Amino acid sequence: MTGYIPGFDANLALDAILLVMLVVIVAAIAATHRMLSAVILMGLYSLVSAVWLVVMDAADVAFTEAVVGAGVSTIVLLGAILLTRGAAAKVSGRRRFLPAVLALGVGAILIYATLDLPDFGDPASPANAYVGRAYLEATGNDMGIPNVVTAVLSSYRGFDTLGETVVIFAAAIGVAIMLGFGERAMADRTIEPLAGGPADHHVVLRVAAKLLIPIIALYAFYVQFHGDLGPGGGFQAGVILAVAVILHALVFGLKDTMAAVKPKFARGVAALGVLLYAGIGVTCIVNGGGFLDYDHLFPRHIEAQIPDWILGPADPAHPHHWGQHFGIMAIELGVLFTVAATMVTIFYGFAGRSMEAPQPGAPRSGAA
Amino acid sequence: MLLIGAAAGLLVAMSLMIARAIMGPSHYDRILAANSFGTKTVLLLAIIGFVFGRPAFLDIALVYALINFVTTIALMKFFRYRSLAAPLTTHTPKEGGNG
Amino acid sequence: MADALFWAGGGLAAAGALLALIGALGVLRFPDVYTRIHAASITDTGGATLMILGLCLISGLSLVTLKLVLVWVFIMLTSPAAANALANAAYSAGHTPWIGSFRIMQDNRKGGSR
Repeated sequence: MTGYIPGFDANLALDAILLVMLVVIVAAIAATHRMLSAVILMGLYSLVSAVWLVVMDAADVAFTEAVVGAGVSTIVLLGAILLTRGAAAKVSGRRRFLPAVLALGVGAILIYATLDLPDFGDPASPANAYVGRAYLEATGNDMGIPNVVTAVLSSYRGFDTLGETVVIFAAAIGVAIMLGFGERAMADRTIEPLAGGPADHHVVLRVAAKLLIPIIALYAFYVQFHGDLGPGGGFQAGVILAVAVILHALVFGLKDTMAAVKPKFARGVAALGVLLYAGIGVTCIVNGGGFLDYDHLFPRHIEAQIPDWILGPADPAHPHHWGQHFGIMAIELGVLFTVAATMVTIFYGFAGRSMEAPQPGAPRSGAA
Repeated sequence: MLLIGAAAGLLVAMSLMIARAIMGPSHYDRILAANSFGTKTVLLLAIIGFVFGRPAFLDIALVYALINFVTTIALMKFFRYRSLAAPLTTHTPKEGGNG
Repeated sequence: MADALFWAGGGLAAAGALLALIGALGVLRFPDVYTRIHAASITDTGGATLMILGLCLISGLSLVTLKLVLVWVFIMLTSPAAANALANAAYSAGHTPWIGSFRIMQDNRKGGSR
């Protein structure tokens, strides 16, 4: 099934081609003055680097790069352009000199530093030799979860991930403080459906979006609950779920979306996710363990009641780690809540804000 | 062997798309190039999964296929209407008082 | 049998890649937005169909096949819809096709039916 050819390193060839693509795209981004071109090219950059990550076998990271880099960040950048002028100011040659020197200098230092890095996949490299190896060896016994990335993220280093979740929540708060929750867009009655000319009827788009939105949401839950087994988890699933909401807003209008997923609701869910995550940690303390020590998530007499059929019969050498399974599932749900609600809140903030200040030259008919 | 050839063909096609995305006289050309690039990325990921014997990559291909569409619609809507918030209409707006 | 399926699948995948390549050439060489959309969208869906059919032949009947079919369904749903929306937006934004504006659209412009 694998197309292995002796004497031809497909991996290396792919790496080289993808890197050349990245360099070309970056050069084009640096050269363009139009923000929209830059945004499109950055989307392409994300796609290429995600493919590159896949080639490097970092499937979870590639997943995140795909949904965040190519998906949500493009849309948020568009929202940011709406609030600004949309074109870079011309900068004189002399003022560009120092940044260019700095950038080239830092780049040279970084390239010099890579010479000392261990080879890709080198078994003796620090990343593979000490902690990483210990995780790989211990995960099966400690938790019985096949995806070590998920195990490390949500159990071994659950405290880190709690911090990251709080950071995401803080991002939602930050955007909301600057741009608001977009709720004024709901009350705004002057917003007409935009239409520039007679050809502006997007029946095909509406039908396709109607078909796709439930599929995207369903896929988000697949990614969520499959995260223990394959690439994926709460972060990725949360972003995908948010993308479903964003697609609805793009096609059917922000007002309709806000009627379905109320900004207040999104706000509450974002907070609920962090609360759920930290609450699981506190539950572990209450039941006699450390913070986020899932082995103590359930009191012993309750853990004994959990029926075996959920995961199939346990074999004596590898008992079910119910606390780990349910703990990871619960905190991943918390991450899902926070990430999805945060992305939706940020989108509401940008899109709702941009409704207030229509750009000159926007095609808008029927407003008279 | 054939699969690697297919991957190489896709990579060349992707490079051409990058060229169009950089040159593209209008923004619609760029959006088109980005969309087509995304579709080819999905296919490339599927092929890579087979060449390296890791069909789990298909999950990522699936998510690209979905995300790519949303991004394209966002770019299109942004560039055409300068808004992310307004709904897209289904009807032809009445013009000049007839009909 | 399995070997024959492997080669047939590889051949289909390569044919799909060839189609994608032709489409990319079209996108690069065609004179205006609409012809480029035409080149890209037709070869995207066609190439995807051939390629995924080929990969299905290689994978045999398994969960992988189901995922491949899902990828195909998503591409068939999204790619034409995106192409339609794009052409629609380009036209309504005032890009005149290279071959000149055509009659249906002129009728529309008079405010008639769609």
